[in-house]
Amino acid sequence: MQWQFWIIQTLNSVAFGGLLFLLSSGFSLIFGLMRIPNLAHGAFFMLGAYFGYSLLARGGNFWLVALVAGLGVGLLGIALERFVLRQISGNEQGQVLVTLGVSFIIADICLLAWTGDPMPLPAPQALRRPLIIAGYAFPTYRLVVLVIALVAAVGLYFLMERTRIGAMIRAGVDDMEMARGVGIPVSRLFTLVFLLGSTLAGIGGVLGGPILNAYPGLDADMLPLALIVVILGGAGSLLGAFVGSFAVGFLYNFGIALAPDLAYFVLFLPMVLVLVFLPQGLFGRVQL
Amino acid sequence: MTRWNAIWLAIVAALLIAVPTVIGNEFYVNMASQVLIYALFALSINMMLGYGGMVSLGHAGYLGLAGYACILLTINGFDQLSAAILALAFSTVMAGFFGMLSLRAPGLGFIMITLALGQIVWGIAYRANDLTGGDNGLRLPARPMPFGIDLNSAPRFYYFALAVVAVALFFIWRFSRSPFGASLMGARDQPRRMSMLGHNVWLIRWLTFVLAGFWGSVASLLFVYYNLFLSPHALGLQQSAEILLMAILGGASSLAGPIVGAAIITLVKNVISSYVERWNTLLGAIFVIVIIFMPYGLVPGCRELWRRIAQRRKPSASKAASEPAA
Amino acid sequence: MTAPALEIAGLNKRFGGLPATKNVSLTVMPGERRLIIGPNGAGKTTLFNLVTGDLSADSGSVKLFGQELMGMRTPERVHRGLARTYQILTLFPREKLVHNVVLALLGLDKLRWNPWAVLTGHRHLYDQAREALAQVGLAASAERVVAETSYGERRRLELAMALAQKPKVLLLDEPLAGLSQGERQTVRELLGKVPRDVTIVMIEHDMDTALGFAERITLLHYGEVIVEGTRAEVVADRRTREVYLGD
Repeated sequence: MQWQFWIIQTLNSVAFGGLLFLLSSGFSLIFGLMRIPNLAHGAFFMLGAYFGYSLLARGGNFWLVALVAGLGVGLLGIALERFVLRQISGNEQGQVLVTLGVSFIIADICLLAWTGDPMPLPAPQALRRPLIIAGYAFPTYRLVVLVIALVAAVGLYFLMERTRIGAMIRAGVDDMEMARGVGIPVSRLFTLVFLLGSTLAGIGGVLGGPILNAYPGLDADMLPLALIVVILGGAGSLLGAFVGSFAVGFLYNFGIALAPDLAYFVLFLPMVLVLVFLPQGLFGRVQL
Repeated sequence: MTRWNAIWLAIVAALLIAVPTVIGNEFYVNMASQVLIYALFALSINMMLGYGGMVSLGHAGYLGLAGYACILLTINGFDQLSAAILALAFSTVMAGFFGMLSLRAPGLGFIMITLALGQIVWGIAYRANDLTGGDNGLRLPARPMPFGIDLNSAPRFYYFALAVVAVALFFIWRFSRSPFGASLMGARDQPRRMSMLGHNVWLIRWLTFVLAGFWGSVASLLFVYYNLFLSPHALGLQQSAEILLMAILGGASSLAGPIVGAAIITLVKNVISSYVERWNTLLGAIFVIVIIFMPYGLVPGCRELWRRIAQRRKPSASKAASEPAA
Repeated sequence: MTAPALEIAGLNKRFGGLPATKNVSLTVMPGERRLIIGPNGAGKTTLFNLVTGDLSADSGSVKLFGQELMGMRTPERVHRGLARTYQILTLFPREKLVHNVVLALLGLDKLRWNPWAVLTGHRHLYDQAREALAQVGLAASAERVVAETSYGERRRLELAMALAQKPKVLLLDEPLAGLSQGERQTVRELLGKVPRDVTIVMIEHDMDTALGFAERITLLHYGEVIVEGTRAEVVADRRTREVYLGD
């Protein structure tokens, strides 16, 4: 029983870490490039989960649904960037507060559309049976979520390090004025990064659905975790988001499993340590 | 203070004192008490926002720190006065700690860290069942009886809250005109220059954070005395956002702004909530609209309007006044 | 022998891979008027920023009257007698001129921590501030808001704020930049009247004023001290002409 407990909790942790990576990598990229902490990111994640729920209820294929719901959220992200945030470009603090306002609106509309009851998303049929290896049961779906997150991480790494677009994004994160000066189409880049970040959050929501359910308050549960990931890992850094996500995944999950009363306190401590000793985070590229 | 200011102050004070007698209805007197409590929350967050340019999204955390501390101490046998003092002390010390963490990063980082800290307080209140009763919340057995005065009736509690808020307002008013306040505003506008003039900008901001935390904690005690109950719902991100919005909506650069903002938001919330359930959408929409179209808030906006009207009425006089003496 | 007013030794600072100052050493004696010249990008303003603590040096030492400043934060250095003006005006544009100077005075006054007193009630601060403004010829503009003043007036306000602090060592970063002929003359006379117990280090491109003012000159080029000496020595030096005339 003991071993089974640790196996399950470890897998829960890494799966949760994977979801957090999908959420926070986009958040971190947007913040690193545009200096906008998108506080609607948690709401995007929740909206992805609800979109997924409705599409699955109409009999959609799980993976297709994840993609479609993700893109749906991504389009919303573009709308937020183009039609709202651009109105007040230059006013950084205003932009943060506007994203917060938008997150309240999204959360309330979700409540209206999907009621206050938790909505379970069914995992794909084939992945519901646990994998039995050497007499121990491994929850298959969580393993798959982990794999997807790893694939996404590798994909993002290649996008950032090996492509032209990635080079432009990195240039923008390091020095926006310079990037503008050498003729990088900054405006289109902003929209693209917002699309990418929001889509990842939306996909994360769908993938997280079978584990977390879609429920009101999912946004407020996820957003602070994403913030802590970025504070720990450092802003604008993919590696930081990766390490931070799994660190928070483990801390939060084991915290809840072993000492549910102190789960948030367990998150608080590493955040304090990092802020005191490494204010730029473990791998930060830009000042928080 | 000019003669006109003194007259205005006397009129406002008389009106505020007359509120319970004029309104009569207990429901509305209670709403007036709520406005006062939120006005203090908004005034306290505005010490950071308006004078210091620091946007905090974790101010409701003090409701958790001071509120739960006060209730827990009272339940565990402390008398009301000691409980209140200890709760304030605890919460203010925590403000000092949170301030040190939040001020590790300027600007946007500050917003993110305060938000995370506020949510951690919320999360602990929500999860620590044995201590806080979790989702069910905690009940304060009774309101305090300062100097043996029973505060259970709506008008009496209103006067109690009015007295506390008046004292706080006086302190914050002095703060805003003090040398320290001037240094804080200087640090808001030109932090580098301020260091070069010999000001310790970090310490100025940290002390302001602690002072704001103290008055936020005082408001939290009023909140708990008023509701006689505290649950995690009261200290979530939404509460922090509402408090911040009050200060922005009314106008962060003025002393009256946060009070006006608190009155508007509290009244709108109470009125809307009794008709429809869509308060959050409205809250979000007000946020977006205010920030895009009214970034300086209502009070400075109206003042500007008033100035223009006055200027149009007597163009010659005001022109002479704004012209420098050559 | 008295300690130098400002003693910089082996100061290094790199931005990324680029060295901004390379092993800079210079010594300024009390009461001296020192001019720092050099082409754009020579590291002059960076040097000031390292002395004030706006930037932290990679290595080296900066001593003020024999006391090490490295490791001190900017305000502590100011409290030991350092003041500076900025090449890019760094003022409080929404405030009155007199308030700008009051903030400078507050920086050295314990009163700045008082959250209870009424600032405008402290007449002596305002009197001192007006005095400093009068010193630079801005007495009549004390009650005007910075945003409504001319560029020349703002330059002089920069100076008034630094002078009001009665510094021992004053760093002036292009105090004449952007001024008209007449205004230059005013500031020139003003600087001439600064008492000798104030040591002045000045960055300036206007050679007429600068050469007339300075006793010793340091030439910086690509972050390095190339030439140092008296006015005549530096002007006569071959390397000075190389830097300025390109061979």
